[in-house]
Amino acid sequence: MATQVVMPKLSPTMEEGQLTRWLKNEGDKVSVGEPLAEIDTDKATMEAQALTTGVLRKILVQAGATVPLGQIIAIIGEADEDISTFTAQAESGAAAAANKQNIEAKVESGQDGAQQELAQVVADGARTQATIAGQPLKGDVGGQPTASPVQVQPASTDKAQTELQTAQHAEGGNGQRTGGRIIVSPLAARMAAEAGINLQTLAGSGPGGRIVKRDIEEAIKAGGQQSAQAQAPTVQPTAEPRTQQPAQAFQQAKVEGASPFRDAPVTTMRATIARRLTSSIGPVPHFFLTTEIEMDGVAELRRKFNEQDKENKISVNDIIIKVAAVALVRHPQVNASFQEKVVRYYERADIGVAVAIEDGLITPVVRAAETKTIGAISREVRQLAERARNRKLQPDEYTGATFSISNLGMLGIDEFTAVINPPEAAILAVGAMGPKPVVREGEIVVRQLMRVTMSCDHRVIDGATGAKFLQTFKQLLENPLLLLL
Amino acid sequence: MSELKVKPLKPRGAGAEAAGAGVATETAEPDVINPDELGEEHRERQQRQRTAIGSLERATLLDMLYQMMHIRHFEEKAAEAYTLGKIGGFCHLYIGQEAVAVGSIAALNHDDYVMTSYRDHGHALARGTPADEVMAELFGKAGGCSAGKGGSMHMFDRDNYFLGGHGIVGGQIPLATGVAFAAKYKSTGQVSVVYFGEAAVNQGAFHESLNMAQLWQLPCIYICENNQYGMGTALKRAMSLSDVSQKACAYGMAAEFVDGMDVLAVYEATKRAVDRARNEELPTLIEVRTYRFMGHSMSDPGNYRTRAEIEKYQERDPIKVFADSLKQQNMLDDAALKEIAERVNAEIDQAVKFADTSPEPAPEELYTNVYANPIKQ
Amino acid sequence: MSVITIREALNQALREELGRDENVFLMGEEVGAYQGAYKVSKGLLDEFGDKRVIDSPITELGFAGLGVGAAMAGLRPVIEFMTFNFSILATDQIINSAAKMLYMSGGQFKIPIVFRGPNGSAYQVSSQHSQALESWYAHFPGLKVVMPSTPADAKGLLKSAIRDDDPVIFLEQERMYGMKGEVPDDPDFLVPLGVAEVKREGKDATIVARSMTVPLALKAAEELEKQGVSVEVIDPRTIRPLDIATIIKSVQKTNRVVIAEESHAFCGVGAELSAQIMERAFDYLDAPVKRISGVDTPMPYAKNLEKLALPDVERIIAAVREVAYL
Repeated sequence: MATQVVMPKLSPTMEEGQLTRWLKNEGDKVSVGEPLAEIDTDKATMEAQALTTGVLRKILVQAGATVPLGQIIAIIGEADEDISTFTAQAESGAAAAANKQNIEAKVESGQDGAQQELAQVVADGARTQATIAGQPLKGDVGGQPTASPVQVQPASTDKAQTELQTAQHAEGGNGQRTGGRIIVSPLAARMAAEAGINLQTLAGSGPGGRIVKRDIEEAIKAGGQQSAQAQAPTVQPTAEPRTQQPAQAFQQAKVEGASPFRDAPVTTMRATIARRLTSSIGPVPHFFLTTEIEMDGVAELRRKFNEQDKENKISVNDIIIKVAAVALVRHPQVNASFQEKVVRYYERADIGVAVAIEDGLITPVVRAAETKTIGAISREVRQLAERARNRKLQPDEYTGATFSISNLGMLGIDEFTAVINPPEAAILAVGAMGPKPVVREGEIVVRQLMRVTMSCDHRVIDGATGAKFLQTFKQLLENPLLLLL
Repeated sequence: MSELKVKPLKPRGAGAEAAGAGVATETAEPDVINPDELGEEHRERQQRQRTAIGSLERATLLDMLYQMMHIRHFEEKAAEAYTLGKIGGFCHLYIGQEAVAVGSIAALNHDDYVMTSYRDHGHALARGTPADEVMAELFGKAGGCSAGKGGSMHMFDRDNYFLGGHGIVGGQIPLATGVAFAAKYKSTGQVSVVYFGEAAVNQGAFHESLNMAQLWQLPCIYICENNQYGMGTALKRAMSLSDVSQKACAYGMAAEFVDGMDVLAVYEATKRAVDRARNEELPTLIEVRTYRFMGHSMSDPGNYRTRAEIEKYQERDPIKVFADSLKQQNMLDDAALKEIAERVNAEIDQAVKFADTSPEPAPEELYTNVYANPIKQ
Repeated sequence: MSVITIREALNQALREELGRDENVFLMGEEVGAYQGAYKVSKGLLDEFGDKRVIDSPITELGFAGLGVGAAMAGLRPVIEFMTFNFSILATDQIINSAAKMLYMSGGQFKIPIVFRGPNGSAYQVSSQHSQALESWYAHFPGLKVVMPSTPADAKGLLKSAIRDDDPVIFLEQERMYGMKGEVPDDPDFLVPLGVAEVKREGKDATIVARSMTVPLALKAAEELEKQGVSVEVIDPRTIRPLDIATIIKSVQKTNRVVIAEESHAFCGVGAELSAQIMERAFDYLDAPVKRISGVDTPMPYAKNLEKLALPDVERIIAAVREVAYL
């Protein structure tokens, strides 16, 4: 029976081999142990020996070629045997793939696999999780200590561990306030946390001013007790168990005035979507949704506004900002951000407005735009744009948006796509508004039309989610009176 | 000068003079054999075998042939599995040396102890460990004879008195000496046989062991499988006195020098050593001149010896030589040979299948067998 | 109860176990006719004969390996190294054969063997004959490592070691062979392997000591008592497996630890103890763990230098005062 000769694994670390020279020709007799070919491995040039006796019927890989382990390089069989099924198999690549998979699976389970198993056996789940959680979260803008490893650590029933965490918080709290490091023995730190003693108030009696057990004991004796709650209020939220429900309370952002948010864990499906799409295009997998909107109502509204207040004229863009904000609050899935371990949903719509400035672009933020009047938005945008052009913006004013709008309509662009500003999940590209013929009730009429394209982060927003948002957005723009509802 | 019980002997095979009557001689040049002499040597070997064949049962002879073919095919399949990545780490093949394990183990009782180096697949098989279990051990599976914890170099089989393959060159020699010590201590009549390569002879462990074994008259048989290369270093480049059997002189120990391509010569020499061990509680050093056809391990570039040299030895393939002799004596015909080959093929195919399907050791096995009496902390 | 020396206690243990089990034999250099280089095997050859008490050639690798092989075939060898300095020649058989045989044979071959002899510093014999090797052997899973510090422990632990089915490294101390103490007369008196003993109770600091440093630690504790410091002294007795629970319990009580050992500090048993205490009782520690070890040099010959190279009561007292912030 014919046998396939595969690129052999000739060393424990070999992954591919170069077939430098065939030592036998097709039709030559070969016997077990006879050298067939010379192969360059990662270690040395070696002879691939025949592992079976017969005739070298077919050479499938020519000298000089480098092929992965497991690839069929030749067929050995009886002189008159039909080897067509073998050659077909070899050419289809199926057998090679299977061999390679076999070899790789083996290599994996022998190395990484074993380590994983070891980790499973050795480490308790909590420790493994903590290690994972201990990695910094990418794109974590505006997060407060909520993303710290301690907080993400699964709730532990181990009393000692809880105590340890408390002690760390107490110490960290002081360190933050003073900007310096408090030297304290591990025991004293724990005792202080338990007794609610502010380490800041103590002078250590140990070497180098280290606060030690007796210092805490004395402080307790002296009645220097202090409420732990009063001492470290910011620590409190972190001690609460995190729930996965969207109903969970919103948390304060780090950026002054930025929207509060709530974090929902990334589901397995969401994580899979994120991983697959990311590997497909760039770190943020974009997709684009375009819609055409009749802007006659908006144009009319604007005209009336501006008739009322000639000093403070509003732009179409101001209305778009307001409408987007209202739509965002109705579609929280779009007012969101992918945070690797969680999907972050924002309470408010903080709209970044792209402003072109000399040599660049900046997106000042209109906070809680859904709560503001169009007039107020208009004034704010004007001020922000001016400050932007003068390069006077403070970081708080251009970071921490939940959604962005880029409008190139005034530059005569009909339609374009914009690139998402991470960690936001979407950006809306607004084109020029202008009169166009459309068919309405069988009649050709002229309408003010505008095309918008929303770029979405597919890790957070799926097609239908984005489409529904745009539906609302379009409906509001086409019937601006609905804003009053 | 103290008496030497036995002097080192000249190279010999089956049918040669009885042990103890030999004369110390210079032995033949071991490594280069004139191709013109090959025919003559081949004829001599077969002549010897024909003589020896007459003294054994046909069933015994055919079983020896079967075992050699069994080991050969097992190793071929192991090599194939290694190239496919199913076997990890080191893999030292026994191809070419089959006559040594098969011939010597055929001379033992079932409860005699056997211990060897890391080139141990053949010895385990010859000792009776099922090919299934040896292959599964190579594959790192729970069904392996060492439960997947030993691998290629550490086959163990308590039921077959196979005390393992050992990974440190020469490390098994004192161990086997201790096994012989225990057999004598308990007066069980068992014999301890230990195999090692010629390179192990340079280790202190070899000399320390031979000294104790002769001093305390232990029933231990030291079989040096001289395949002429310690990894890639030829014997003569590593040993001042390259006639291994003469080393026994220093300890007053009996010694023999045997043709390792002749399974019956190995059998008979071992038989004499076994008798000496069982009846007189005396050790023996047997040097078996053999040759490995494959590399030291699967990652051996083989650049230290010529193809011509390997081919020369393949002409003396112990299986071929023995089969030819059996045929000449009308003990074997082509049909019977084919039958053995088919049986062997089926058994080894089954072994691969068994190894493939045997489960991996459970993760918790990582922590078992560290201690016989574990103490929980 | 009788008051006897550690030497006599070990001799009793060997005599009792040789008498109890025919499979036990004692082999080593000068264990027979010479009656033992340190007289531990005194009288045993006469009592049990040369089949059971065997003088070996000076061939440490050889007879260590012979012992392991004999254990594979069902005997229970007690292999004496005249001193553990010479065991270095036999480490291949101890570590590669004895420690790993059960594991790599998938549980088929246990190795019930005891390697015993004096370990640690001796009197003015310079570098090659005066060193502590417990860290070497304790490093390897598969071995058990025992270090008695009293006659009772010496006897009870050696008997347990001989009856144990695993290879045991039994480390005696040359300077301590003459130390006296009470030993129960009961021939079935055993001290289990893997159990530490609180040699003295205290509440301000814990000294973890072994072998030769146990009497030093007890003396230091006595002195410190006079200074108003209450010290707990723990002897793990078995280094591997280590009874860490007893040590942690003590640390949780006293919050301060001094480790006293005559071996080198670097990569030593003290370093392991320190790491485990940090891992398991970090927030019970009021001070860093302090080690008092043999100095980081080979052992000198000169008497004054030799004294400086080893831990003493004064250094242990100073260390306790340091961790107790006194």
